[in-house]
Amino acid sequence: MSAQDEVWILGINMTKFGKHPERDVVDLGVEAIQAALKDAGVTMADIGVLAAGNLRGHGGIGQMLQKQVGQTGIPVYNVANACATGATALRTAVMAIKAGECDYGLAVGVEKLAGAGLLAGANRAEDNENWTPEGRFGAVVPVDGRIGTATMPGVFAQIGIEYGHKYGGVDFELFAKISEKNHSHSTLNPLAAYNKEMSLEQIMNDLMIAYPNTRPMCSANCDGAAAAVVVSGAKLKTLSREQQRRAVKISASILTTDPWEEACQVLPDVNTLTRNAAKTAYETAGVGPEDLDLVELHDCFATAELVHYDNLMLCEEGGAVDFFNSGATWRTGSMPVNVSGGLQSKGHPISATGIANIWEVCQHLRDECGDRQIEDAKVGLAHVIGLGSACGLHILERSAA
Amino acid sequence: MSESIPIVNYLVLGDEPHLVSNECTNCKARFFDRRNACARCFGTDFNQVAVATTGELRSFTIVEFAAPGVEVPFVSAIIDCDGTSVNANIINTKPVPEHISLSMKVRLATYSMGTDAKGVEAIGFGFEPVQAA
Ligand SMILES: [Zn+2]
Repeated sequence: MSAQDEVWILGINMTKFGKHPERDVVDLGVEAIQAALKDAGVTMADIGVLAAGNLRGHGGIGQMLQKQVGQTGIPVYNVANACATGATALRTAVMAIKAGECDYGLAVGVEKLAGAGLLAGANRAEDNENWTPEGRFGAVVPVDGRIGTATMPGVFAQIGIEYGHKYGGVDFELFAKISEKNHSHSTLNPLAAYNKEMSLEQIMNDLMIAYPNTRPMCSANCDGAAAAVVVSGAKLKTLSREQQRRAVKISASILTTDPWEEACQVLPDVNTLTRNAAKTAYETAGVGPEDLDLVELHDCFATAELVHYDNLMLCEEGGAVDFFNSGATWRTGSMPVNVSGGLQSKGHPISATGIANIWEVCQHLRDECGDRQIEDAKVGLAHVIGLGSACGLHILERSAA
Repeated sequence: MSESIPIVNYLVLGDEPHLVSNECTNCKARFFDRRNACARCFGTDFNQVAVATTGELRSFTIVEFAAPGVEVPFVSAIIDCDGTSVNANIINTKPVPEHISLSMKVRLATYSMGTDAKGVEAIGFGFEPVQAA
């Protein structure tokens, strides 16, 4: 990739994740945008494209935000890709720059999710007076709970247990230990929704949601926003030494969807599209998993984190259990994973997540991560999955300037 | 009017209840839903084929917390029915980890979901352990 084609993150921000009852999605999005612009050292007058995501609102979040931060008439793309929405927004801005349409792009994801409860899964309606087949399955009743589960904790529980069926070595305690790690990591992250250490015993004895996922093993619903300013490599060369030094190179920006697999109609396949994205990303960036100093991956449930060790090729195929048990993915290990606390403890305001995990990696690459800095971090990977499915994957590198 | 109706139209009732899938005539990919085309090869011709009524448990979860109105706990499972993956509840056994094990053999079972105002009985299905747990 020539310097001409490179795209860099010039400024990035995430708000505190948690409960913001007094603020709406626009307030949160504006906070992230204004902070990202300030971090980049540019204003809305410089920005040539805006990509914005918000899943729980009524659409048009990009224009709603423009009306508070600057109506400059630039194109807006309102994007939606489930939990990969933030990563999709960023990639949309990156593509506009790669296409040569502009020098600066802005991406933002924002969600108000505190107290939202279970995502997906049908609320069972009162049974019809007469049984009437409806929809593509001709179902006479909502099938959630009668033909398997449609709720996320159960779907991802099945994904983790399936890995155990394939390779062995998986049990309740293993998954709880993964959660113990992420909750422990979050104690160093002041922006996390939860910063409490949790013992293995506490995690295992907490409320069971869908075996083997207890409540602290599920992503935390919360409010939050994240935004990033991206710039072309050519433009970056004209900016200040300080801007060049703090800029983070996007060595790969990949988006994949799930290709057809035999079982994908009954259990979403989050593996193949992640593996495909990882392969393409490593090729594009010219780095391998062994070059990574830290990884933020989509631990929407403890059962999901395990399979992504394998999908991202952080371990050998089938070796995720041994890899975790070796201690590799703790912040003190050889491949720190989710040092932010992950979705289980940092929180998961769905549209913001795909930019927030890139913010986390950028903080380390810029050596600005305070107490939880991974020493001498040069290359990092950020991964998200939106069920349905979409996988957003970014490889980021520290500036040589 | 028939006296019973399946929970979904891929459950066939009668003396030997079984599931059916829409199989792509070109690539043999199987689908339970109404199809416009094949997701694998883009073909548009399908045959309806019977799915094996016995299978092996490939994954499961025990749902303890669900949307309002959904009875918990229940076991959701992914079952390999002779090469066709099926999602169903495991029924007729206690929904506790001790009663559910990976690779256990299960078979299709049906149950009544009640009757509507016209007296039509809806029939649901699940899979039950082949050996009494
Ligand atoms: Zn086909």
